[in-house]
Amino acid sequence: MNFAQVNLYLLDGFKYTILIFLVTLIFALPLGLLISFCSMSKFKPLSYLSKIIVWIVRGVPLMLQIFIIFYVPGFMGNNIFAKVDNYFFLKYEIENFGRVFAVLIAFTINYACYFSEIFRGGIQSIDKGQYEACQVLGMNKIQTFNKVVLLQVVKRVVAPMSNEVITLVKDTALANCIAVSELIFQAKEIMAIAQLIWPLFYTGVFYLVFVGVLTLLFNFIEKKLSYFN
Amino acid sequence: MALLEIRDIHKSFGENEILKGISFDLNQGEVLSIIGSSGSGKTTLLRCINFLEIANKGQIVVNTETIFDGNSGEKIKDKDLRKKRLNFGLVFQSFNLFPQYTVEKNVSLALKLQNKENVKKYKNNLKNELKKTSKEDKKKVRLENKEKVNNYKKSLDDNVNVVVNNLLSQVGLVDRKNFYPNQLSGGQQQRVAIARALALNPKILCFDEPTSALDPELTGEVLKVIKGLKDNGRTMIVVTHEMEFAKNVSDKVMFMADGIIEEIGTPEEIFNNPKSSKLKNFLQKSLEEI
Repeated sequence: MNFAQVNLYLLDGFKYTILIFLVTLIFALPLGLLISFCSMSKFKPLSYLSKIIVWIVRGVPLMLQIFIIFYVPGFMGNNIFAKVDNYFFLKYEIENFGRVFAVLIAFTINYACYFSEIFRGGIQSIDKGQYEACQVLGMNKIQTFNKVVLLQVVKRVVAPMSNEVITLVKDTALANCIAVSELIFQAKEIMAIAQLIWPLFYTGVFYLVFVGVLTLLFNFIEKKLSYFN
Repeated sequence: MALLEIRDIHKSFGENEILKGISFDLNQGEVLSIIGSSGSGKTTLLRCINFLEIANKGQIVVNTETIFDGNSGEKIKDKDLRKKRLNFGLVFQSFNLFPQYTVEKNVSLALKLQNKENVKKYKNNLKNELKKTSKEDKKKVRLENKEKVNNYKKSLDDNVNVVVNNLLSQVGLVDRKNFYPNQLSGGQQQRVAIARALALNPKILCFDEPTSALDPELTGEVLKVIKGLKDNGRTMIVVTHEMEFAKNVSDKVMFMADGIIEEIGTPEEIFNNPKSSKLKNFLQKSLEEI
C-alpha cells in the first residue's frame, strides 16, 4: 500500500467519524436543551427523573453504553439494528449500517446529557434581574427566553461547549468497539492487511486538523459575541 | 378619585412578615417618595405593586379598577399578570439593561414585541372577516387585506421610531442610540433604563433606589431626568435614600419602618415637622454630618 492508498482507505473511515460527529451534534444540542429544561422544571417528578437519567448516563462509560444499546435489543428478541442493516443495504447498498445507527443513538443520548448540564449552568447563571426586567415590560416567558436570555446563555456556554465538542471528535473512536469502520478501525485494518503500523499513528493528523478547524470556529464565535458582557 | 389606591397590603416570606398592612393613595401627576432604613419593606412594597411579588392580602386599585384583590384567593393567570403589570413601569437599582442590545433596541424591544402581537391579532380579525365574504370577492379582498396589514405594520413601526426618539431625547441620550450598555456610564445606563420603562407608557412609574448603585457624581443626572418627568406630569413612586431629592421633588413623602407606614405627608411635614420618634431618629441619622 502506498501513501495515497492509505489516505484513501483512512478517508473512508474518516467519513464515519464526521458522520457520527455531525449527527450527534445536531440531535444532542436540542435534546440537551430539552433535558436541561426538564431538570429545572418546577414539577418535581420530571426534574428528578431527568437528574437520574443524567446521573446514569454520565456515570457509565460511553463504551459500555454503546455495547448496551447495540446488544440489548437483540437479547430482548427484537433486533432492530439487524433490520436497520437490511433496510440500508437494500435501499442504499450500505453495509453494516445498523452498528452506526446504534452508535449514533448512544452518542446522542450521552452528549445530550453532558450538554444539558452545561445549558443548565448557563441558564441559571443569568441574573434574575434580566427576567424581572422582562416581566415588568410585559413580556411572556417565550419572548423572554428567545429575545433576552438565549443569546446571553449562548455566550456563556461557548467555552465549556467547545471543550465538549472537541472531546466528541475524539470519542468517535469508541465506535470501533462494535466494529464501526471509523478512522482508527480502518487503520487497524491496514495493519492486518498490509502489515503497516504507521497509518495507525498517522490517524492523529486527521483528528488534529479536525480539532484545529473547530478551535478556529469557536474562537470566531467567541469573538463575535465579545461585544457585550 | 385617586389614580392609584393601595389598600392594606400584606406580604410575608415564610414566617417573616415584611409588609403589615400598607394603605395609601396617589393622584394623577403626583410624586411619592418612600424613605426608611433598609429592611423596612420599601422595595418589597414596590415589587408587590409591580406584581414581581404577589401580596398575601390587600387590594390594588388603578383608575377605580381593582387589578389585585388578595382576599379573593384566586391565582392570577400568567396572561392577566402581564396585562396588570403594564399599568406600572419599574426602574431597578441595578438597571438590568439587556447587554446584547443597543440603547435603541433596549428601549424599543418591548414595544416591538407588543406590536408584533397586535399585528397578529389584526391579521386574525381580517381572516375571520374573509370567511364571511363571497367566493368571487375573496381574491380581491385577500389582496386588500395584505395591503392593510402592511400599512398597519408600517404605521406601528413608524410610531416606534418616533416614541423611541422622543424618549431618548427626554433622557438626553439621542447621540448614544447605537451604543451598547457596556459602553455607557452608570448614570447613562440608568437613564436608558428610565426610557425603556417609559416605552410602554405606564400609568405609574416606579423607581427602586435608582441612584444607589451610582457613583455620587452621577446621581445628579438621573435625578434631573426624574425631575423632568415630574414637570411633564408623570405619576411616580420613588424609593430613595436621597433626602434632598425627596424633599424638593416629591408631593408626598412616606416613611416606612418595620413593614408599616410610620408617617406620610407633604415634604414639609415629614422633614420639618416629624412627629414619630422613629422618623425623628431616622432623619437625624441620615442628616448627621461626619
